[in-house]
Amino acid sequence: MQIITDVVRNLPDVVNGDPAIVRWGREMHETFMLEIGDTQYLVTVRAGRIEKVERGPFVMRAWSFAIRAKRECWDEFFRSPPAPGWHDLFALLRRGDVKFEGDQRVLMAYLLYLKLALAALRR
Amino acid sequence: MIEPIVGRYVHIGEQRIYYEEAGAGIPLLCLHTAGSDGRQWRGVLNDAEILKSYRVVAFDMPWHGKSSPPKGWQGQDYRLTTESYTAMIMTFAKALGLERPVVLGCSIGGRIVLNLALKHARELRALIGLQCAAYVERYYDAAWLDHAEVHGGRACGGLAYGLMSPLSPDEHKWETVWHYMQGGPGVFTGDLHFYQVEGDIRERIGAIDTRVCPLYMLTGEYDYSASPRDTEAAAAKIPGAKVTIMQGLGHFPMSEHPEAFLGYLRPVLDEIRRR
Repeated sequence: MQIITDVVRNLPDVVNGDPAIVRWGREMHETFMLEIGDTQYLVTVRAGRIEKVERGPFVMRAWSFAIRAKRECWDEFFRSPPAPGWHDLFALLRRGDVKFEGDQRVLMAYLLYLKLALAALRR
Repeated sequence: MIEPIVGRYVHIGEQRIYYEEAGAGIPLLCLHTAGSDGRQWRGVLNDAEILKSYRVVAFDMPWHGKSSPPKGWQGQDYRLTTESYTAMIMTFAKALGLERPVVLGCSIGGRIVLNLALKHARELRALIGLQCAAYVERYYDAAWLDHAEVHGGRACGGLAYGLMSPLSPDEHKWETVWHYMQGGPGVFTGDLHFYQVEGDIRERIGAIDTRVCPLYMLTGEYDYSASPRDTEAAAAKIPGAKVTIMQGLGHFPMSEHPEAFLGYLRPVLDEIRRR
């Protein structure tokens, strides 16, 4: 549990320090939810930089889209290198192990950015 | 350094088709994936060993790469179907005078080789399906790849990126993404109509006779679209189909890691040549 928590908190460091990731989110100004089992995070992105990562529980907070999966799925996803079938958000989607909720347009518009940002947590 | 690849255009009816070729010998016709183009095959088209015995040909499907879209494209939605795809391949092979070619296709190309095996086995020397599955259920909405408020190039690139292996070299993965970012609006979505909706061939593949035309199925282990499990499920219905799971490769083996892929392809082509 502690391991995953630490991983998500690394998001500002791994993304903001990598211009090759930031550039793919340059027009993104959104807060999205990342759900890891019972733990919820709200990630705020400003111009491709991770402005903040907040840990729930939250009361009546708004977000544009949510990415929800069980803790065991994220454990596999964050492994380096990840095993086949656990290496990508859409790999989890095909397994039925992740749920995308909210504004799918925003998620699809920044799909490459989101994939790169989450994969960077494997470093 | 000048590569051995030569590019030309052939006119087939009203269509202007771009293709590249290299080598001499048994014709090897290569089919690119949905929403991309023939550049994916440059590793095979540049392989000195293969070029000694094979005439490797890769064309861009209409609407893709340097091939033209049809006249009046601006007023219609592009939709690939089993019938139009099959006719396109056979017509192109005939136009180039490819006699009993080996057909090597990936993804949608891997799917269509199953229909070629059913409909044109006697006209073909062998079939090789990469990332070959009889059906893939819709697990995302491809309409988002063709939407005015989503950058199509970025979304298509993002989709393709994850289908590759985390172990494949960055340089080749990003070139594969680049091809995806260059597709015309709605083209990837139109190809996926065949892949996710119209082209379900599960009920028919039991009739494939691999004694008439051998069928090889090679699938990268990191592919979750046409996964090893999907390939094995299809192969279980086709007596004589030869399956290889390619370690460390994803959905675009020929372009995401050409060297590793060639290690799997060369022995298959040797076996076909010796038959």
